[in-house]
Amino acid sequence: MIGGIDIVTLIAALMAASTPVLLAATGELVAEKAGVLNLGVEGMMILGAVAGFATAVTTGSPVLGFIGGAIAGALLASLFALLTQILLSNQTATGLALTLFGLGLSALFGKGFEGIRPPPTTKIDLGPLSDMPVLGPILFHHDWVVYLSLILVAVTWAFLKYSRMGLIIRAVGENHDAAHALGYRVIAVRFAALAFGGALAGMGGAYLSLVRVPQWTEGMTAGAGWIALAIVVFASWKPERVLIGAYLFGGITALQLQLQAAGYAIPVHLLSMAPYVITVLVLVILSATHRHGAPAAPAALGRSFHASN
Amino acid sequence: MDRRSFLKTTAATATLAGLGLPAWASDEPLKIGFIYVGPVGDMGWSYQHDVGRRAIEEALGDKVQTTYIENVPEGPDAERALTQLALEGNQLIFATSFGFMDATVNVAAKFPNVKFEHATGYKRSENLGTYDARFYEGRAIQGTIAGRMTKTNKIGYIGSFPIPEVIQGINAAYIHAKKVNPDVEIKVVWAYTWFDPAKEADAAAALIAEGCDFVLQHTDSTAPQAKAQEAGNVYTFGQASDMEAFMPSPRVASTIDNWAPYYVERATAALEGTWSADATWGGIGTGMVKIGEITEAVPAEVKAEAEKLIEMIGSGEYHPFTGPLNKQDGSVWLAEGETPDDGALAGLNFFVEGVSAEMPK
Repeated sequence: MIGGIDIVTLIAALMAASTPVLLAATGELVAEKAGVLNLGVEGMMILGAVAGFATAVTTGSPVLGFIGGAIAGALLASLFALLTQILLSNQTATGLALTLFGLGLSALFGKGFEGIRPPPTTKIDLGPLSDMPVLGPILFHHDWVVYLSLILVAVTWAFLKYSRMGLIIRAVGENHDAAHALGYRVIAVRFAALAFGGALAGMGGAYLSLVRVPQWTEGMTAGAGWIALAIVVFASWKPERVLIGAYLFGGITALQLQLQAAGYAIPVHLLSMAPYVITVLVLVILSATHRHGAPAAPAALGRSFHASN
Repeated sequence: MDRRSFLKTTAATATLAGLGLPAWASDEPLKIGFIYVGPVGDMGWSYQHDVGRRAIEEALGDKVQTTYIENVPEGPDAERALTQLALEGNQLIFATSFGFMDATVNVAAKFPNVKFEHATGYKRSENLGTYDARFYEGRAIQGTIAGRMTKTNKIGYIGSFPIPEVIQGINAAYIHAKKVNPDVEIKVVWAYTWFDPAKEADAAAALIAEGCDFVLQHTDSTAPQAKAQEAGNVYTFGQASDMEAFMPSPRVASTIDNWAPYYVERATAALEGTWSADATWGGIGTGMVKIGEITEAVPAEVKAEAEKLIEMIGSGEYHPFTGPLNKQDGSVWLAEGETPDDGALAGLNFFVEGVSAEMPK
């Protein structure tokens, strides 16, 4: 306890609160690394939220629910890929449309699922580890999705940094013409990266409706997808920094609510603003320090590719 | 529509328009528009307004045509949505959230022939009326039940924004909980949103972690109910709508915003040409505030006490803010037996004595 705030509860709450944006941001990072800016994260998340919820309620299995959410997110992302990669539509406009489409579609699908309680997602019981003081509740008392999200961040980091496929993804994102000249299939790589991003966004959405809230409510993502997009920028396109960013954004939300519950009069607006201010600062620092080196954003980010160019 | 009747209608409309009469005086239906701050599917506040909108259609049938725009953010975008409704020919427009106030004032000034109604606000003009419900009457009932039933003596309250409507609720809940349980304490968390299920759930979780076994909400979604259900041994009240999906527990009672009769009345007045901009503030007595079923989770004697209170408030025999009451700083607000006038209540911006939370600046 520090100043009436239970640090243990705070950190545990922070990890749970951050998981949806952590998943979505990790997925978006891979898509952006491949050079595609998908602004439809919010739409994919909310579709994942309703699909995951519906699947879990119908089958009684939260695991299937998360898979269902991921599939729904990936399907919506594939639609985006079809439009932007094959039909060469504008990525920004299509991404915004995807968000609106996802919000509407999820409201339609979700009509019959309001006011229902989902099957509980099991917390992993690690026996003596979970019973440890302090560290037990912080690290070893979560549901399996929290651990999966951390593993996914680590795997994404290693994959992008060390694997051949990761190198190809980065090459496509940096210079799609060169990658194409080398014989890599730019469109296919981007399609796969987008589908992966959509699947993770969908899982993040499912975490909202199955664990964090837990229920289905229309429009329940309430801007989480946009925060995920901001986190990718904050992280300057590095997976390990996505983790810091997500926990920082999620942490401040959890912290300000807990401070209030503990009876502190705190400037809520200042705290809520802080992550965005930090994001802007990071951007300024990045552009200042990278004057001579490579900028942090993938060079081909947001640019359409066609083999004839 | 065949050509002849088309020409007739067009001619009639043109003539009426030429005479400066409102177009709906012909057989055209009266168009009524609504803007909601959340989605209709929030199952709370916006849902309940939509229940009212549907009641208009049911009661007046072909004579009216209603539309709504949901998820309208409070601020400049509300002005755009309201303008759009006015340009589409809506003659009566309901703006259903406090934060739409200034936008509604601006748009009402631009469309003097359109009738506007703003929920929970206080700014009025020739063509802009306001309506509000005495939610604090419902909070008095909730406070009584929570004060009687709490085992931890801690009641949590999720506030949306520190505006009079919400502050009235916190004060009323606290006063009545304290009356039946002198040891009770109220913890307030401001969510600074009307609708964000994840944040509302987090706020509920933070209050439960602080030991609250009652969570009252002044936000629109059912997320706090779901969180309380998950925690177990935590009770809630349906907010704005009955939230009957969470009966019999955690939801042990509810305050229902019953807008439907008012909406039908105002639409009828607009049809008949008797509409005028005024201020309505209905409560349990007029039926605008209804208390939903008190479930079996509440002990019989507490239920009886709550029902007695509902009756006394409804009949006007008792006002939830009856002196002696002090302000949070200890100065006198209401003397023995004194009750505040509606103007003072509508501008309420302080907590009563005993509330430990600080008012955000």
